[in-house]
Amino acid sequence: MTSVYGPVADWQTDFDHADPEYNRNIHAIWEDLKAAGCPIAHTERYGGVWLPLTHEMVHEIAYDTDHFTSRNVVVGQIKPHEVDHDPELASPPAPIGGAPPITSDPPFHQHARRILLPAFAPKKIDPLRSEIEKMCNELIDKMGDKDVVDAAVEYSQHIPVMIIAHMLGLPLEDADRFRGWVHLVLESVNAPREEREAKFQEFGEYLEMHIRDHMENPREDLINDLLNAEVMGNTLTPEMVQGMVILILIAGIDTTWSGIGNSIWHLATNAVDRRRLAENPDMIPMAVEEFLRAYAPVTMARLVTEDHEFHGVQMKQHDWVLLPFPAANRDPEQFENPAEVVIDREVNRHSAFGLGIHRCIGSNLARLEMNVAVKVFLERFPDFELVTDEETVWSTGQVRGPRRLPVRVLSRH
Amino acid sequence: MRVRVDSSKCQGHNRCYALAPELFDVDDLGNAFELNDGVVPAGLEDKARLAIANCPEFAIIIEE
Repeated sequence: MTSVYGPVADWQTDFDHADPEYNRNIHAIWEDLKAAGCPIAHTERYGGVWLPLTHEMVHEIAYDTDHFTSRNVVVGQIKPHEVDHDPELASPPAPIGGAPPITSDPPFHQHARRILLPAFAPKKIDPLRSEIEKMCNELIDKMGDKDVVDAAVEYSQHIPVMIIAHMLGLPLEDADRFRGWVHLVLESVNAPREEREAKFQEFGEYLEMHIRDHMENPREDLINDLLNAEVMGNTLTPEMVQGMVILILIAGIDTTWSGIGNSIWHLATNAVDRRRLAENPDMIPMAVEEFLRAYAPVTMARLVTEDHEFHGVQMKQHDWVLLPFPAANRDPEQFENPAEVVIDREVNRHSAFGLGIHRCIGSNLARLEMNVAVKVFLERFPDFELVTDEETVWSTGQVRGPRRLPVRVLSRH
Repeated sequence: MRVRVDSSKCQGHNRCYALAPELFDVDDLGNAFELNDGVVPAGLEDKARLAIANCPEFAIIIEE
């Protein structure tokens, strides 16, 4: 892939979260930064980005919607205010943003959020368990009796796509295209602009077509729910419906794909935990919470609304700020032995799904998918191990998880 | 022992409901509330503490 910014030489002053080295060595990079007395790193790339690394700072930013807007939550080469004059490129302004409610600020945020919350509440999500279990088993059946299977390509990447496509009412045959667009939005932030814009246009046209089809042929799914929904007495504009579909499609896929992959990666590299969970499946829910803490997939972003001082640094209006919940989850002020993965950790106030008003809407679904996926994988492959570190390929950008994860199956059912 | 969910802090992570469904429930939007006026029946104190220790928003208040 062509990159606009080159490799990172100095992580303290020139970090790049989309440099492939970042996700590969993320824990060592944070430790080095903190050891160098740098709890908040800065880079000039992407027009200026801050990276705060403590739970206290991440918590504070997540709660401070006055100083930090969500108008765009994925760091990119273009800042929203730079293209406000250009109708081709401009995104809806705050407090709505391009993909509500994740890109929204108060007071609009809660109105948009209320539309989506019921579909993702625990009592709506729990009944999906048997369907997910069946799907996971079918994916493993398809692997046949190979010695080496790819737990990312042949397993984790499929599970969330199937559920999200079904919920939205989009054709599952397009799963590869959805994953391509996820890659576009989240992983290709360092690719040339023109390349990205052409693909964004294709993504938009695809969704427009399917939303129009839902308007002409209504059915019972989330797209039709959105078309019928009202915000403050008005139906949603087609632009808002499309934005919300983009949010669900992007945020619902690679996050959980990463969460499942990270869990299997841990088990593939830790024989003791693997054996404990294979023998005691009742421990899986607690272990999944620990995997979410130690390997939280998602880092969000904010934009600074006005110049102000934050923990000793001068933030400028329009600066990007990354919200690394995964780093907050490894803060020794908040967690005992944070670098250690303790699968029965009892005190675990992790923030893998964010903090404050933007708590991940899909968290109940993500947890269910992770729990079922780990349980079925261990039932079918009670013993397995990582092939090699070199063959494990990590995602780039704000969502971290294995994109290739070859494991050797040591026993199977 | 009594527990109470501070609804101004709860963001619907649903950890309390998952860990102690005898003590907490959630509404259609996923917001948690305490059952039985927050009174923790004898023998469920550990579950109450576990729910508190897993709330990312520090939204559960304990009244011993």
